[in-house]
Amino acid sequence: MLVELGHFALILALLLAGAQAFFGLAGPALGRERWYSAASSAATGQFVFLALATGVLVRAFIEDDFSVRYVAENSNTALPLFYRITALWGAHEGSLLLWALVLGGWTVAVVARVRFLPPAFGARVLGSLGVVSAGFLLFTLCTSDPFVRLIPAVPDGNDLNPVLQDFALAIHPPILYTGYVGFAVSFAFACAAMIEGRRDQLWARWMRPWAVVAWAFLGWGIALGSWWAYYELGWGGFWFWDPVENASFMPWLVGTALIHSIAVTEKRGLFKSWTLLLSVAAFSLSLLGTFLVRSGVLVSVHSFAADPRRGIFILGFLILMIGGALALYAWRAPRMVSQAGFELVSRESFLLFNNLLLVIAAAVVFGGTMAPLIAQTLHLGTLSVGPPYFNPSFLVPIVPLLALLPLGINARWRRGGLDGSGRRLWGSAALSLVLALALSLGVYAHPLPLTPIGALLGFWIVIASLLDPIDRLRRRLTLPASIIGMSVAHIGLGLFVLGITFVQSNTLERDIALKPGGSAELGDYAFRFDGVQNIEGPNYEGLRASVTVTRKGEPVTVLHPEKRRFFVQGSVQTTAAIADGLHRDLLASLGDDVGAGAYSLRFQYRPLIRFVWLGAFIMAVGGFIVVIGRRQRGEGWVEASARAPARNGHAPASAKGS
Amino acid sequence: MTPRRRRLFWVLGILAGVSFATALALNAFRENVMGYDDPTQIASGAVKPGKRFTLGGMVQQGTLRRTPGSLDVDFVVTDFRNSVPVHYDKVLPDLFREGAGVVAHGRLDAHGTFVADEVLAKHDEKYMPPEVARSLKQAQAGSASGNAGTAAPVAGSAAQEAR
Repeated sequence: MLVELGHFALILALLLAGAQAFFGLAGPALGRERWYSAASSAATGQFVFLALATGVLVRAFIEDDFSVRYVAENSNTALPLFYRITALWGAHEGSLLLWALVLGGWTVAVVARVRFLPPAFGARVLGSLGVVSAGFLLFTLCTSDPFVRLIPAVPDGNDLNPVLQDFALAIHPPILYTGYVGFAVSFAFACAAMIEGRRDQLWARWMRPWAVVAWAFLGWGIALGSWWAYYELGWGGFWFWDPVENASFMPWLVGTALIHSIAVTEKRGLFKSWTLLLSVAAFSLSLLGTFLVRSGVLVSVHSFAADPRRGIFILGFLILMIGGALALYAWRAPRMVSQAGFELVSRESFLLFNNLLLVIAAAVVFGGTMAPLIAQTLHLGTLSVGPPYFNPSFLVPIVPLLALLPLGINARWRRGGLDGSGRRLWGSAALSLVLALALSLGVYAHPLPLTPIGALLGFWIVIASLLDPIDRLRRRLTLPASIIGMSVAHIGLGLFVLGITFVQSNTLERDIALKPGGSAELGDYAFRFDGVQNIEGPNYEGLRASVTVTRKGEPVTVLHPEKRRFFVQGSVQTTAAIADGLHRDLLASLGDDVGAGAYSLRFQYRPLIRFVWLGAFIMAVGGFIVVIGRRQRGEGWVEASARAPARNGHAPASAKGS
Repeated sequence: MTPRRRRLFWVLGILAGVSFATALALNAFRENVMGYDDPTQIASGAVKPGKRFTLGGMVQQGTLRRTPGSLDVDFVVTDFRNSVPVHYDKVLPDLFREGAGVVAHGRLDAHGTFVADEVLAKHDEKYMPPEVARSLKQAQAGSASGNAGTAAPVAGSAAQEAR
């Protein structure tokens, strides 16, 4: 009975999303101001019913209600409580419900802030969000209803996919979706600005914090996913250029371009139509990612759906949303462009290159991700595109991007030249070169040709990001949160570059068959295999090996890699043992019994790998600092509210006039 | 510089940059994208030794041979019409087993053995890579439509058409 109520709540949410879209878009168009608040109420109501529906499904999972098909397929009585709750988004139907719930959450956040926007503009934002939400809920109800009953009910469920029974992966989807779906908000702001044909640049100021928060969450989510792949898939890789990873990486790249482009639009009124286009692109890529992952056109670890109807529905929705937004763009953007110039060497031109290179990088990923699908659709054969394509092609735009960054962040707006810091900038480059050579040739010998370059860029970005804040502190100037956040994010990027550089050039890896007592050398480290024992977990049994690691004779650690066999699905899972450290990780994975008393094992040494995730995490923190700082200082949202009444009269008038 | 000339300069510069990047990416793409072949295509001599490609099929029952105490492992990949011996000397993935689908990257050596440098199993045991499923379906359709002697060329051309 309760389950049917959940189903009903989902249908009500769909109706309310439709109402939100109607009142939000028709209200300003027809000049009915009372409809604005109806859009807000509908949005809040939509979220309440979505939360109710989700709550009902969570309860079904907690109480092991195997008369619900989705629960029966993805849970089990032996599954620990935490994973029974997170199993909600362990497969297709629940993931879509989560998508809709997160969008509802973002919409409610917009409702909470809508009083700081001109009423007509705010209503249009909510209306655009309502269109997205209605489309998604319709998709969920028509093709992927999580509340379908299973009659007769089964005594016990099919269990959650073992690789998903993990903390990082349990929290990865909500965070990733918060980022993905957050670009719907900047998309809605762009749509509202285009519908109104606004000539000013205030919309960029209003949109900016939303885009930055979405971007920060997305980066954080991607980093969590990569960390999970590293320790959970058992064999030590952390980025596979898998289509599912690329699906989240493309919106991140375009989103990065967006948050830089918005800064130029907000500050200088330039790049307006480009910012609009990027907002549309970022959200379109989020939708495309959902299509790729959820339609089953790709098959990889994350993909459990295989129903073509779903694919066609999302594809139609995708074409409708992108087509509609682009038509709006073609119609409105030309009137919104601005006339202002800037010098060749200025902050604006560096940001232009930043955008150009990031978009090229996204295009490189897009090409590699879509090529196999396109080839298959056109019957050109079956291709597999992997790291040999992605790694070098991706570096083509990214290395110049990283090299221009230290110059760009120290360049002045509008006027030519570097910000009086030319000498310090080149000094920092020299210092970075020394550090880079010391690290790549001294500490970590055997570099690849790109190792010193990567190290130089990483160090230079970190040091150059510190120049401006240090200078301001020394001159006792204020240090606004926007600058702290920017520096923090760029320092994160620099640390990330250092991590990637050394983990790519100095990782050591060895597969070997060992009998108990045998050992293998890996650089300075020796791994000794001490044998295996049987283990038993709550829902699995398996083998556990002991590996003693020593460095130049000194004991370092004892690793216990496992091989687990899960009872319900009978699947086997390798669980790597990792000794983590800031300067290196040591990994051991257990393979199979290869006969004659020996086991196959894989040992790895990965230097500075923690910097990859640490850097990505710090980048996201930088984004949050910028947004929180804006609120505290009253810039942006609150200031916009002060201006809003004055602008109110214009918005509906200009909409009517157009 | 007049604004018009400056704009021209920008556009040309950006265009040059974009085309350079595209050229590099396309080149990397051409050189690094691997084709996919099944045992029948190998038997027909379509694959030259030494070229890296992706092999897909089923691990034939009863063909898995380990060299005791070492990582060396040999097995046969089949599409139920033709088969290819495969050699591998790294740790096999968790889901690798006889009678299950497999995808491997590697090269043919001079003796016609496929020397794999990577064996993939990014899927559950019920899942079969779409390429493998397609080749197997073609193979079955081929053997159903006639006797073994004539089936192979027919199915071979069907496989070509499907591509």
